[in-house]
Amino acid sequence: MLAAGLLLAAFLLFLVMRLRGQGDGEQVRVTVDGKTYGTYSLFEERKLCIRQESGTNVIRISGGTVWVEEADCPDGYCVRQGKIHRKNGTIVCLPHKLVIEVTGGGDGGQELQPDAVVH
Amino acid sequence: MGKKVATCAVLVALAMIFSYIEAILPIPFGVPGVKLGLANLVVVTGFYILRPGEVFLVSAVRILLSSLLFGNALSLLYSLAGGILSFFVMLGLKHVKGFSVAGVSLAGGVAHNIGQIAVAAWVVKNTAVLYYLPALTAAGVAAGLLMGILASRVLAVLRR
Repeated sequence: MLAAGLLLAAFLLFLVMRLRGQGDGEQVRVTVDGKTYGTYSLFEERKLCIRQESGTNVIRISGGTVWVEEADCPDGYCVRQGKIHRKNGTIVCLPHKLVIEVTGGGDGGQELQPDAVVH
Repeated sequence: MGKKVATCAVLVALAMIFSYIEAILPIPFGVPGVKLGLANLVVVTGFYILRPGEVFLVSAVRILLSSLLFGNALSLLYSLAGGILSFFVMLGLKHVKGFSVAGVSLAGGVAHNIGQIAVAAWVVKNTAVLYYLPALTAAGVAAGLLMGILASRVLAVLRR
């Protein structure tokens, strides 16, 4: 029962995420330690070398996909997560506090931003 | 007293061997945090043969030592968060009627992964990490169930 319920919950969550992330993304946002490092077009060939005290990640944007080509983090998960291109697709390198996200870009990305924030 | 200490020590040693096996086994999934959780087999079994305090000690000592030997400061943080959350979930569910060993272990596996991902989101200061929540929940169900079934087999032998 519990197994079925949890699996169902996981599947529904997955489905919701998939639907939200339908279609290919347009931009790549790279975040380091919670701060935006840069936003790049998914359709421009690019090689990013992000050097930090904790180590280096080499990110490659090519052919409408983005992936981590090389990294010296201890677990190597960021490289193994492979290529992403779907909207909301994410690659994480936990040891280097690096997050790569594919966003809708253009209008889609702007819509998510609030017009104003009142404190 | 002496026998209890010895039992706990043996269990910690066993859990550490499992941790070591996990550390050298290549994981075929590209999702960080997905693993078999072999050491959890010891913790789940411990719940049914030791007092809760002793289980907690075994789990905490295991996490501390295996992170020092096979991991790093960050992996210690993730493991501790997962270990502590799954400990309390399993402790609570163990006393709920109708929960088998496998059920308790399954919930523990899921709780472990949720604890881990929460800390991961906090460490990288980015909720995008939650993208992995569905995969990690499913992995927790599978690994927890497997370890729970193994644990109930072990307990059947131990009780004889």
